[in-house]
Amino acid sequence: MILLAEFESPKVEYATISPLLIVVGAAILGVLVEAFVPRAWRYPVQVGVAALGLLIALADTVRVGLALDTLDAGLLARGSLAVENSMVVDGPTVFLWGTLLVMSLISVLLFAERRLEGGLTSFAGQAAALPGTDAEREASTRGIEHTEVFPLLLFAVTGMLLFPASNDLLLMFVALEVLSLPLYLLCGLARRRRLLSQEAAMKYFLLGAFSSAFFLYGVALIYGFAGSFELADIDAAVSASSGANAYLLGGIGLMAVGLLFKVGAAPFHAWTPDVYQGAPTAVTAFMAACTKIAAFGALMRVFYVAFGGASWDWRPLMWVVAILTMVVGSVIAITQTDVKRMLAYSSIAHAGFVLVGFAGVYAGTGDVVGVTSVSSVLFYLAAYGFSTIGAFAIITLVRDAGGETTALSRWAGLGREAPVLAGTFAFFLLAFAGIPLTSGFIGKWAVFAAAWAGGAWPLVVVAVVMSAVAAFFYVRVIVAMFFSDPVDIKPAVAVPSILTTGVITVTALATVALGVVPGPVLDLAQQAGAFVR
Amino acid sequence: MSPLALSGTPLASGEAGVPVVPTAVDGVFSLLWLVVALPALGALVLLVGGRRTDRWGHLLGCAMPIGSFLLALVMFVQLLGRDHEDRQVAQTLWTWLDVGDYTVQMGLLFDPLSALFVLLITGVGSLIHIYSVGYMAHDDRRRRFFGYLNLFVTAMLVLVLADDYLAVFLGWEGVGLASYLLIGFWAHKDSAATAANKAFVVNRVGDLGMSLAVMLMVATFGTSSFVGVSAGMPETSEAVATVLGLLLLLAACGKSAQVPLQSWLLDAMEGPTPVSALIHAATMVTAGVYLVVRSNFVYELAPVAQTAVVIVGLVTLLVGAVIGCAKDDIKKALAGSTMSQIGYMMLAAGIGPAGYAFAIFHLLTHGFFKANMFLGAGSVMHATNDDVDMRHYGALRKAAPITFATFAFGYLAIIGFPGFSGFFSKDHIIEAAFGENWVYGVGALLGAGITAFYMTRVMLMTFFGERRWRPDVHPHESPAVMTTPLVVLAAGSLVGGVLILGDWIVEWLEPVVGPEEHHELFVPAIVLTGLIVLTVLAGVAVAWSRYGPSQTIADTAPTRVSAATRAARADLYGDALNEAVFMRPGQKLTAALVYVDDVLIDGTVNALAALVGGTSGTARRLQTGFVRSYALTMLGGALLAIAATLAVTLS
Amino acid sequence: MNGYIPILVLGAIAFAFAVFSVAISGLTGPKRYNRARLDSYECGIEPTPQPVGGGRFPVKYFITAMLFIVFDIEIIFLFPYAVAFDSLGLFGMVEMMLFILAIFVVYAYVWRRGGLEWD
Repeated sequence: MILLAEFESPKVEYATISPLLIVVGAAILGVLVEAFVPRAWRYPVQVGVAALGLLIALADTVRVGLALDTLDAGLLARGSLAVENSMVVDGPTVFLWGTLLVMSLISVLLFAERRLEGGLTSFAGQAAALPGTDAEREASTRGIEHTEVFPLLLFAVTGMLLFPASNDLLLMFVALEVLSLPLYLLCGLARRRRLLSQEAAMKYFLLGAFSSAFFLYGVALIYGFAGSFELADIDAAVSASSGANAYLLGGIGLMAVGLLFKVGAAPFHAWTPDVYQGAPTAVTAFMAACTKIAAFGALMRVFYVAFGGASWDWRPLMWVVAILTMVVGSVIAITQTDVKRMLAYSSIAHAGFVLVGFAGVYAGTGDVVGVTSVSSVLFYLAAYGFSTIGAFAIITLVRDAGGETTALSRWAGLGREAPVLAGTFAFFLLAFAGIPLTSGFIGKWAVFAAAWAGGAWPLVVVAVVMSAVAAFFYVRVIVAMFFSDPVDIKPAVAVPSILTTGVITVTALATVALGVVPGPVLDLAQQAGAFVR
Repeated sequence: MSPLALSGTPLASGEAGVPVVPTAVDGVFSLLWLVVALPALGALVLLVGGRRTDRWGHLLGCAMPIGSFLLALVMFVQLLGRDHEDRQVAQTLWTWLDVGDYTVQMGLLFDPLSALFVLLITGVGSLIHIYSVGYMAHDDRRRRFFGYLNLFVTAMLVLVLADDYLAVFLGWEGVGLASYLLIGFWAHKDSAATAANKAFVVNRVGDLGMSLAVMLMVATFGTSSFVGVSAGMPETSEAVATVLGLLLLLAACGKSAQVPLQSWLLDAMEGPTPVSALIHAATMVTAGVYLVVRSNFVYELAPVAQTAVVIVGLVTLLVGAVIGCAKDDIKKALAGSTMSQIGYMMLAAGIGPAGYAFAIFHLLTHGFFKANMFLGAGSVMHATNDDVDMRHYGALRKAAPITFATFAFGYLAIIGFPGFSGFFSKDHIIEAAFGENWVYGVGALLGAGITAFYMTRVMLMTFFGERRWRPDVHPHESPAVMTTPLVVLAAGSLVGGVLILGDWIVEWLEPVVGPEEHHELFVPAIVLTGLIVLTVLAGVAVAWSRYGPSQTIADTAPTRVSAATRAARADLYGDALNEAVFMRPGQKLTAALVYVDDVLIDGTVNALAALVGGTSGTARRLQTGFVRSYALTMLGGALLAIAATLAVTLS
Repeated sequence: MNGYIPILVLGAIAFAFAVFSVAISGLTGPKRYNRARLDSYECGIEPTPQPVGGGRFPVKYFITAMLFIVFDIEIIFLFPYAVAFDSLGLFGMVEMMLFILAIFVVYAYVWRRGGLEWD
């Protein structure tokens, strides 16, 4: 009782973390809408709440970004700790927030597409109804929709915003769960091929829980080592410790597993193809772009800020993981016969390329700054996010009677059937392959340059070789679309509403713009500067 | 930075190549961007405009490169009027990348070297555009074809005008893409689609070299511009220079179809013939030579890399020539010859200051006579219902007299008949090769003999002898829109040699590659020239004795032939080698990985399950979920990760 | 390394115990299968209501259980808050209200969606 007299009321910097609060507020509002708004009105209101919430949060992020304090002009570190040091809002945080909000705003548009399924969203009418039962048929004939997907998306975005902004391992774990749980659910909500979708959700959930356990165990070991959850304290403990410490190293290894699982790095990648294939394509697009962004942000924050002093201990591990990820992703993608699965393996390969930049650990030497690991990874994530959402958006349009048709053989001859669509898809693939004048080229170039400058040139050589291998399977799809004759039935291309068309247009334009004039965004990533500790 | 930079000692600056020191653009040069922008605009209009542009698309497609050519010509004349040291002008367009202190300007550099290339690309390019109007007249996708051609011209101009290796890389990939689109233009032919893919993939191997070279430059010099790299080279170590040189050579090999990346060029002949003429003879495939000559400041400091260039050139010139001897497909025979001639250029470029100018000289003359012969071949195919087998030709000189005459000019030029352009350029290269090392010289001389043999063979089988036409073939001369470019190119094949008058080209290129070093020969130059002419005559004579008008030529290729002929027909087993060295191990690796991913892990789990569950069937039923195997992978990975972290540090 | 030996020993004991339990029950346990043995609860009580279609419990159980857990957690936060009520002041009041409001919203959702109706 006496002790409590010294208990001080914590300080919360609402103005600094407001983008996060706006999104979570919109999510809660979405739940209320679900409860009280009549069914017929729910869809427009939900879309409005989600889009508006994200837009306001984006505008607010800009405000927060402009108001950051400069801490260290040399390293370009600016920002501040918030909420009793458990969060940190600095340059990278703001950049990641901006990217995440833009990507999720685009994803909302994809989620909201209704023309492709005859006036309904592409999510299950009633998720609780067993596939193939009367209840399911009734739900679909009555035109029931799960508009809960919008609040779920907002909750996931909340977690994603919090994940890379955590300065405290416990908060980071909470963020990890907040971002994961809605995603597990969203994965199982496909309107078509529901069993596949539910299986994907189940797999994602089980393996995700498994990886969370690793992460948590790692956090526990680190706490045992440093006596604190705060990244700066851990950093101090790492600097102070002499010689190897099994708690620290074990903790690093286990936390790495948890984080690498989320980015889909080998050998923790096994879920990616199944989940990407089974999940509703709009959700896949959202996950592929946003989860990666958030997870890489968190990975960089933990490993650069907390474990930066021990970087020589974890670098070999990251090198091996990066190489393995690139090889597994690029090589296995070659044998894929399903476009969605191929893009899943491609996303694994891209995770490997980002890891190359990450494992370079280059923060500039002396007054020579150049492309740092942080800025190159940030740029890559933004560039990849746009192209990947665009590519998945196109996948939603190639359909037959049973919904989307993702078998590569069915895409044969698409170039003649729908030249503009196939051309745009080919363009996204070329961006993935890293052809100049696309964002993919600049992104690859930036991460490789940073890694090389950081002395990781063997990694760069492998990466360049693997990007050549990767080009091979992208070209295979282009060949199938333009140079092959369609088998039996021609693929049909559905005409979407302005929503999907808008998404494809915006992402394609962004992919061009980031390739031709990457300056502004690259500069922004550079200005994001170093992490604040 | 790079570990390589730490080893070795900086070289004395005396041996360095020529630094690039351009002045800003002024006057007419400020329109430099328009040279690139015109064909870019053409490509944009034709490819985006769709069917609306069908009617006048080909005219626009021709007008754009012609416009570029005229503009480039004016600038060339301006450049002529300047002093040596002022002959490099640069124009900055926009800042492509600006990260910290690393900046890439999208800039153009117009200097004696790029000026010659721009004239070649737009000049020969325009002629081929005009020719295509006739050649593609019956193709309902002609407009698209012109769009791709313009795209190619744009990319090629970016490649030779860029003032930064990263921007060169942009053009480098661009020509690759355009080439891919054009080889596969007749994608309804399976062979064309396959060939397009092969070209793409093999070129990616070369591009590895280019991207790694740019990385190394950025890491070593903090920049990849010609100005920065050429200024920084003398301070760097020979190790860096050598690695850089070898990486650039790898890039050059991919693009220029040099051994060991030669295999795609023969297949690329599946594309429409104007494409073969423009891309796979006159311009794109010479990009490798451009790269080596442009990077003279790298190679001058890397003798090992230079020797590698020479060896690649020498091997390719012989391999290409041998392949050319065995082909019955007229385009493939010409393609083998292209490889071989580019081999000559590489050889010269590898020799260093004694050869740079002659490499470019041969590149220009080759651009004329090879484009001429390809277009001639196209004209012959036009006359024979697109038959490419020379065994089905014969006696076409009367049916297509203009084609015959112009082809003959190209033929005389390539074998090095005295007075024709090829005579001067090849003569200088062989001379320079002898001056460097007699092995190089003998190889180059031998190549000249073989060239004479296979080109005479092509000539005789196509235009002389008896008629071996298919019954439904009624050969006729091509329309004027096709023959006019032939005549112009034939004239170029004849008079191209004037470039060497008074050593003009050597002096012209001096600001870029430095003054020519002349090596003393063991015999007077005139004796060597005589020797070359004799070798060429011997080659012609052998061909005459086997394929002359008095010989009968079998309708199908004889099967009972020597092992050497069989090898040559199989492209000297280039594909087989690729398959054995790259493809099969690659496939094995893929299969192995997929196996590990799909089968092995599941298999292990199932086996474990069977082992543990043993007697009861229920245990097995629990194990059917794949999630378990995934989780097992993760667990294994996690154990490895932790074990690795601990092992690295606790050991 | 001395500090880790107890951990290793503990891990080894846990592993050995698990293996031992599985092995020993297989080896020594009687194997008399009858209907009662195969029931959900071997004491003879039938699970109610009877699962339809084999092995599934009605989802309503889970909803009720989860709602209960959420209430539980709310209480767990309210207790320490009550103890530190004075020192947290207005700030604590507002934050707590927000927390309760957020949970209330969820209950409203469950209620409107019929999650509280048993049949």
